[in-house]
Amino acid sequence: MKDRVHVAGLGVISAIGNSVPETLRSFHTNTSGIAPLTLFDSIHRGILPVGEVKLTNEVLSQNSSSAPSLTRTALLGITASREAVSDAGIDLKKWRTGLISGTTVGGMDKTENFFVDFQKNPKKGRLREVVNHECGSSTERLAEDLDVTGFISTINTACSSSVNAIIFGARLIKKGVLDVVIAGGTDALSKFTLNGFNSLMILDPNPCRPFDANRNGLNLGEGAGFVVLVSEHVKNTDDLYSYCFVNGFGNTNDAFHQTASSPEGRGSFAAMQMALTMSGLTPAEIDYINLHGTGTLNNDLSEGTAVSRLFGNRYPRLSSTKAFTGHTLGASGGMEAVFSILAIDRQCVFPNLRFENSIPELDIQPQRTFEMGLDINHVMSNSFGFGGNCSSILFSKN
Amino acid sequence: MALYIHGMGNISPQKTWGESALFSPPRDHQGSRLSCIEPDYDLYIDPRQLRRMSRVIKMGVAAGAMALKEAGLNVPSGIITGTGYGCLKDTGIFLGKMIDNKEKALNPTPFIQSTHNTIGSQIALLLQCQGYNQTYTQGAISFESSLLDALLELNDNPHQSILVGGVDEITTTLHTILHRFNIFRKSSASSIALFNTSAAGTLHGEGATYFVLSGEKRKNDRVVLDSVKTFFKPNPKQVTEGIRQFLESVSLKNSEIDLVLLGKCGDQKLDNVSEKVLTTLFPENSIGLFKHLSGEYPTASAFAVWLGARIIQTQQIPDVVLPGNAGRSIANVLIYNSYFGRHHSLILLRAC
Repeated sequence: MKDRVHVAGLGVISAIGNSVPETLRSFHTNTSGIAPLTLFDSIHRGILPVGEVKLTNEVLSQNSSSAPSLTRTALLGITASREAVSDAGIDLKKWRTGLISGTTVGGMDKTENFFVDFQKNPKKGRLREVVNHECGSSTERLAEDLDVTGFISTINTACSSSVNAIIFGARLIKKGVLDVVIAGGTDALSKFTLNGFNSLMILDPNPCRPFDANRNGLNLGEGAGFVVLVSEHVKNTDDLYSYCFVNGFGNTNDAFHQTASSPEGRGSFAAMQMALTMSGLTPAEIDYINLHGTGTLNNDLSEGTAVSRLFGNRYPRLSSTKAFTGHTLGASGGMEAVFSILAIDRQCVFPNLRFENSIPELDIQPQRTFEMGLDINHVMSNSFGFGGNCSSILFSKN
Repeated sequence: MALYIHGMGNISPQKTWGESALFSPPRDHQGSRLSCIEPDYDLYIDPRQLRRMSRVIKMGVAAGAMALKEAGLNVPSGIITGTGYGCLKDTGIFLGKMIDNKEKALNPTPFIQSTHNTIGSQIALLLQCQGYNQTYTQGAISFESSLLDALLELNDNPHQSILVGGVDEITTTLHTILHRFNIFRKSSASSIALFNTSAAGTLHGEGATYFVLSGEKRKNDRVVLDSVKTFFKPNPKQVTEGIRQFLESVSLKNSEIDLVLLGKCGDQKLDNVSEKVLTTLFPENSIGLFKHLSGEYPTASAFAVWLGARIIQTQQIPDVVLPGNAGRSIANVLIYNSYFGRHHSLILLRAC
């Protein structure tokens, strides 16, 4: 294929590891990253478990020689995007390079500190805590860090943000607008999102159990995941390693409710179907699905229904990795793209931790163990968000 | 690739909707905050839905409805929105309550409506549009990202009609915080006189502008959106070279640009770069201005596209944009926007 968009580099940081090798080790040893909250003071501390990256802002900034005043969202993004670029071993300056990131909270981790003083007196609050509030600001800090001066953009379609960033990057390369795109997403844990999801009463006070009959909500997490996308020409000219290629994608809107998914999963069904159609693959050819699988009653039933409708009872191996990482919102699509690509590269699939019983309406049995030595050629990754934004992406082995 | 503009909707600090001639007269605002002249939303949105919407969502949904109406389209193939700040009002409400109530007994509604994609997804929900749906947020190239996306999408499927827009609102919180960065004028007696008075700072604007864009020409179409290019923190040399390449890529000579709509903001220090670039590249061309009409905000370039398209449609350059140029034939309009030195962008409109 002449015009494939290849994945040449991977980078990830989450509650289960600060790099790709650490992440794989955690999957291999069934080590979940869900733990008590330590990052900030909150009345939910000790009650709601979360998936924190196990490094403070100070350590993150030291490790990457970045300014400690940066937002955590930017620091996580810098860590993962650097790993991806270094993994690809590519000279970004040589090519028309772009950076596209997905994020939902942006600099909220700092803004919520600023607001405490500002709320009392609008002349108070340190401006440097709010200067990076905009979602796009974290992407600008990443661009400065990687010295990307060409096209940059940020997507915020809630929890499908970073898979949409990868899709946009793949399209820009396919159309010849850019040669190389660093694409993915980053989101830090914040008091704002913790309280937001808590007010919706969809946080599980225990470690979450995606796709289980007794699931009781999600755990919030944080992290960043980036891939380096390159054109066939760049791959060949620079003799880069290709993990796999982007074989299809779909972006639709459920148009059902601002936060709830339609019972039949019409948006998620359409996104998966669109990705399949673009790739020319049949459902039977998909070897693994990395589910959106948040652990909420609504998402898992809706997504499971869509999977059943599309794949019938001969569905592929599937799992939600959110029982390991928590739901990392705008970063989840990027992180789970990295996991999906690793499934192809290492010929393995990841367990759906804490699964015991199938959702009665569905009878779907997710993957229970970490399994290697499989034949994994085509992997699908789902990401759905508030506002009905549904996206699905399909990676295939070369 | 040419995108035909089938319809436009614009809510801005000027009266840019309904039946009336362009800026006759222009609305002159006092102070550094230019608020939108808003329509009666009942005319565009079901009152039952309206009650639940924050102001920025109302503005976006209504501007989208205006564009669809002008295009004679019920449901677009997709919806692409650019917004620099997203839904700030609800973000501020939830944040304030969270602090005041010490994280207890919080109403989830403002949280639900705080994400940037709420505008685009509310339009999708109201229209039952299950097609492509995307929201970009990258400062002053958020709308440009949306246009680039639409260009890619319509290149593949030209028969589609996509709703593409830029939306940003001023909230009191935003205005207060930005004021503390000293980016707005301390006082302003007349927004229209922005460029006649020299002082530090610019004026704060807002707006909601949507377009129905398609790869297929219809009989009454007058304007195509041809190309878009963005820069992140460029120096004058990079912009100059970038504009040269941009014009080359669309096969136009500098002299063929009938009007440059320049996004200068009235702060001499900030305007230096774009003015230097213009003197080098467009010494003889007509230069029109718009930020004394719209104010400065991340998606002000969407206002400029609306203005440029109206100028081409009517073949009239309003005096307030460029004095003494009414009635001249206008085929090519280049929008060159810059935003606090961070983002620069180019958008080309042509008559068709």
